[in-house]
Amino acid sequence: MSSETKQILTTDGIPLEVSLKKAEKKNKIKAFLLVAPLLLFLVITYIFPIGDMFMRSVDDRMVTNMLPKTFKAMEKWENLDELPPEEVYRGFYEDYKLLAENQQHGKLGQRLNKEKNGFNTITKKLFRQIKRKKIDESASLKEQINKLHKRWRDVEYWQAIKRTAPPYTASKYLKGMDMYFAADGSIAQVDEDRRIHRILWLRTLEIAFFVTLFCFFMGYPIAHLLATLPMKYSNLLMICVLLPFWTSLLVRTASWMILLQQQGIVNDFFVMIGLVADDNRPEMMYNKVGTYVAMTQILLPFMVLPLYSVMKTISPSLMRAGKSLGGTPFVAFWKVYFPLTIPGIGAGCLLVFILAIGYYITPALVGGASGTLISNQIAFHMKTTLDWSFASAMGLMLLTGVLVIYWIYNKLVGVDNIKLG
Amino acid sequence: MSKNPEFVKFDKVDKSYDGKVLVVKDLQLDIAEGEFITMLGPSGSGKTTCLMMLAGFETPTHGEILLDGNIISNIPPHKRGIGMVFQNYALFPHMTVYENLAFPLRVRKVEKDEIDKKVDKALSMVSLSGFETRMPAQLSGGQQQRVAVARALVFDPAVVLMDEPLGALDKNLRESMQYEIKHIHESIGVTVVYVTHDQSEALTMSNRIAVFNDGKVQQLSNPAELYEKPVNSFVAEFIGENNTFNGEVVDIDKDKCKVKLANSEILANPISVKSKGEKTTVSLRPERALINPTDKMDNMFTGKIEEVIYHGDHTRVRLNLLGSSEFILKVPNSTSNLELKVSQDINIGWNSVDARALDPK
Repeated sequence: MSSETKQILTTDGIPLEVSLKKAEKKNKIKAFLLVAPLLLFLVITYIFPIGDMFMRSVDDRMVTNMLPKTFKAMEKWENLDELPPEEVYRGFYEDYKLLAENQQHGKLGQRLNKEKNGFNTITKKLFRQIKRKKIDESASLKEQINKLHKRWRDVEYWQAIKRTAPPYTASKYLKGMDMYFAADGSIAQVDEDRRIHRILWLRTLEIAFFVTLFCFFMGYPIAHLLATLPMKYSNLLMICVLLPFWTSLLVRTASWMILLQQQGIVNDFFVMIGLVADDNRPEMMYNKVGTYVAMTQILLPFMVLPLYSVMKTISPSLMRAGKSLGGTPFVAFWKVYFPLTIPGIGAGCLLVFILAIGYYITPALVGGASGTLISNQIAFHMKTTLDWSFASAMGLMLLTGVLVIYWIYNKLVGVDNIKLG
Repeated sequence: MSKNPEFVKFDKVDKSYDGKVLVVKDLQLDIAEGEFITMLGPSGSGKTTCLMMLAGFETPTHGEILLDGNIISNIPPHKRGIGMVFQNYALFPHMTVYENLAFPLRVRKVEKDEIDKKVDKALSMVSLSGFETRMPAQLSGGQQQRVAVARALVFDPAVVLMDEPLGALDKNLRESMQYEIKHIHESIGVTVVYVTHDQSEALTMSNRIAVFNDGKVQQLSNPAELYEKPVNSFVAEFIGENNTFNGEVVDIDKDKCKVKLANSEILANPISVKSKGEKTTVSLRPERALINPTDKMDNMFTGKIEEVIYHGDHTRVRLNLLGSSEFILKVPNSTSNLELKVSQDINIGWNSVDARALDPK
């Protein structure tokens, strides 16, 4: 046979490839139509919201649209360490007057206040002056505005306005990492005592890591037992493992609250057996301990199930072979059994870690101040401060983090080695 | 050193899993050093249990197992130094062929050079040199089988156990592997305990065969004797093909007895029958009955051909003879073959010495 591939024709003289494509086209369309609803669903509920979140997190057009003349004039402001020239003041005054007529000035005040504290007061002052028509538009606006409040004479406030000029900004992302754009546009760290987000990120990683570790050490023996016990016992044990799955997450967390609180069952037991004094009951809730305990229990099935499905496929004769060839039970386990369970370990750890990193309800209920995670912070900004763009930015940072972990994992273990069942 | 005739000894071994049923009953079995012994029997007859007890994966409920004079019942499997080939090979799927073979040597802390040498030797023994870096999944069934055999032998164990090692192979490969294992055994002289339910495998390979049924050894003898001289009707039935007649002994002397069937009488060789009036099952190998015998034979009857089945090297003829329509004849496919037609009457004869009167079924 020659190595060159000759074009093969069907009996009708049509090239085989064309004929094959034609024959398969119908099936392809059918297959696509079958998954089309799911695809549409995914686009609407997943891809589109993520895109929207991203837009929201970088969108900063509000000020840009509110102060067009100011930013135009600011292009001529050269020495940024000195107060801007008269044109900038004029532009700002005209923009602000228009906003005041349209009742939009409040929003601007709030937005600028987020950029630099103290804006709200001085813009309101300006608003009152405009309302009372006390500003002489023919005279120097720079002098009149500067006279209103000493902050107007502070160049930092004008720099803050200039920083809001670009329509898109990464400032929310920086804020998520406790950084901000300094007056000169460089990236700076916030003061040490105000770095809350970085602590939260680290704590989230730490808790996710240890919860994964605890789940692994507890889940591995359970999965092994499940895979090796005779059917009638293993079914019962399987139900015990799955029972938490069938109970509401809220109920499970609440039951941990009953168990772990200071007057709770666990503490009562400790006091009863004399482990701790009655007046010195340890706090096991509203801190990290509570988060660890509750999350480990809740995420355990996600570790056990992939491990079980992998262990089920390992023939018991392999361990026997290891022993009969002279390996001690430990060597047989470590050299033969354990390497074969790595796909399950990989899947279980990845699953638990990724779920743990974005966990919300449990830490919110039993975590207290020191046991809350980044997702609780996101929820706080969504519901309380209503800073959706910041919440979006942090959500996307979380998503990116998960993808990075997945990528690292893929490099280390290889996704093909994952077995979810 | 002379060979130890009791190298492996099962001494009154009982085994029960549930405390109600004995899977192995009062097993007494001696295996000589260098012997190839096969445990043959239907599934559930206790043969694999015996093997597992010898390997150390099951403990005897009663009795002792001795290896070279030492009681091994309390020695864990990894200290027994017994090689084992498993039913599904049990090759470690995450290790290369080399690593699989090196495993028993590495756990024994053998030096690297020595390991290389031994692995090399073991692989060439099963003619798989050059396959060191392959993973088990990249090998065919027969090659995996050979790796498993090499792995069980590489650390020079005194005894090698094989648990239906050829069960998963196709017929041709199975036969060639049978010879290969037999030759390996002959060349290195290791003691082999082989478990199978395939009687032809047992007959071709073994020095001695222990036929198991119902937790007991029914007969322990060399292949020829087992086939030619089964001691009871289970063995006769299980090994090879068999024509049987059920009847009652009406006359008996030292080497002959007369057995009364439903409506005729035949002469047979009394094996398990002692006296008149006993019920018996007479067993006759199909190839021992001849068509139109030229010699004088003491059993001569006429039967009607019911069916002729062509088998290539021989033809199988089913006859209606002495009230049974299940009588089978094997006719070799030679040039001087007779014309055999259905519903033709033919004369059949056999010697009474080949018709063994055994225990009644």
